[in-house]
Amino acid sequence: MRNSFILILIVAFGIMLYGLFDAFSGNEQLSELAKYYAQKENIEKVQAANLVTAVVVTYRGLDTLGEVTILFLTAAIIGFFLHNKEEKRFLRENSEIFITAAKLLIPIIILLGVYIFINGHLTPGGGFQGGAVIASAVILMILAFPEREFNSKFFTYLESASGTIFVLLAALGAIIGSGFLDNAIVPMGTFGKLVSAGVIPIIYSFVGLKVGSELSNILGNFKAVQSDN
Amino acid sequence: MNYLIISILLGIIILIMAGIAIYHKESLVAIIATGVVGLFASVLYLLLAAPDVAMTEAAIGSGLSTIIFFYVLNKIRSDKTKDGSLKTKDGRQKTEV
Amino acid sequence: MEYVSLTIGFLVILAGLWAIMTKKNIIRIIIGFVLFDTGIHIVMVALAYVKGKAAPILDSTVSIDDAVNSIVDPIPQALVLTAIVIGLGVTALMLAYAVKLHKEKGNLDIKSFKELKW
Repeated sequence: MRNSFILILIVAFGIMLYGLFDAFSGNEQLSELAKYYAQKENIEKVQAANLVTAVVVTYRGLDTLGEVTILFLTAAIIGFFLHNKEEKRFLRENSEIFITAAKLLIPIIILLGVYIFINGHLTPGGGFQGGAVIASAVILMILAFPEREFNSKFFTYLESASGTIFVLLAALGAIIGSGFLDNAIVPMGTFGKLVSAGVIPIIYSFVGLKVGSELSNILGNFKAVQSDN
Repeated sequence: MNYLIISILLGIIILIMAGIAIYHKESLVAIIATGVVGLFASVLYLLLAAPDVAMTEAAIGSGLSTIIFFYVLNKIRSDKTKDGSLKTKDGRQKTEV
Repeated sequence: MEYVSLTIGFLVILAGLWAIMTKKNIIRIIIGFVLFDTGIHIVMVALAYVKGKAAPILDSTVSIDDAVNSIVDPIPQALVLTAIVIGLGVTALMLAYAVKLHKEKGNLDIKSFKELKW
């Protein structure tokens, strides 16, 4: 009985979505705003080969700032809810193969994450992807060596330091450049090289460190709650 | 044309996995199916010319969120005592519903 | 292809909504939220697609002079990029609440939480 009401509701919602589907006729060309971002002179002004990075860090940089703030808030609330002193508990030994492979792979995965966010303005990737890859290296570390204590203090300091540097670099653009998050406050370099696009790779690297340490802190909190009873 | 066939196949897999995620009895299988939805969605993003989004979804949607679900499931299961009854905070014993 | 992706996205949204509204276990409700999230991301990326164009990354095949006529829309992709990361944060927050609720009541049935029911 109750499910049939919900079914009617879902069907109504589906009809509404079908209206959207019916009105969509496929894009033949870019929207006006995207055309502005893809113009030659604007690309040469920002100098990021990856236009998604250009949108995330400069044109919509304020959105990114708000986004990392939301992520910080969720990490803080999770830490507040699940904060528990970690206790020793009996755990089955991991197999030798897993531990050896983890020791071999963890530095390589962290290196891959750093590569992804340093090259964010040239190749697919950037701060968010690199941070997620670093967090997956941390989860491998947690799974391989569960008896070691998770050092959440280090990640907290790393996270606050990168967030502060992000805001300071953005504000520096307002002071000596032409506006908040202006990327021309350092020498621009040549298009397509690693040292180019002004302050974009620097800001995106700090975003990567911030996202990686926040996600690692969330994972550490969920690990710590396991031993609490 | 090839891309069309691949995207239809991906869509079928995604919808089947979404059904398993909602209706399978074991929570473990449901969580794995949710991860698989994220993984195949990332392939779909790659076909739609969005490599950045595909990388993020592959790392987060199918990796980290699955791990967090597993931690919570493990915590919830370890709270149950051995005789199948549940222990609440104030020490009452409650039989499983 | 974008039509197929749009259909998949809408169906996944509906499946997630169905799970949110009919399931009793809180873990299943959170799974419904995750499916809803994924569906919305698929829809947004499908709306950004332009027929036969390449990814918005300039290199030797996509030249800087002809970028306007050879790339897909980068703006929805940037939005989805941040939305996925926020989605993980929100999912983790909901799961933390689930752990707390389980500690309080001893089970995760939505029917046993009656404090705010009206």
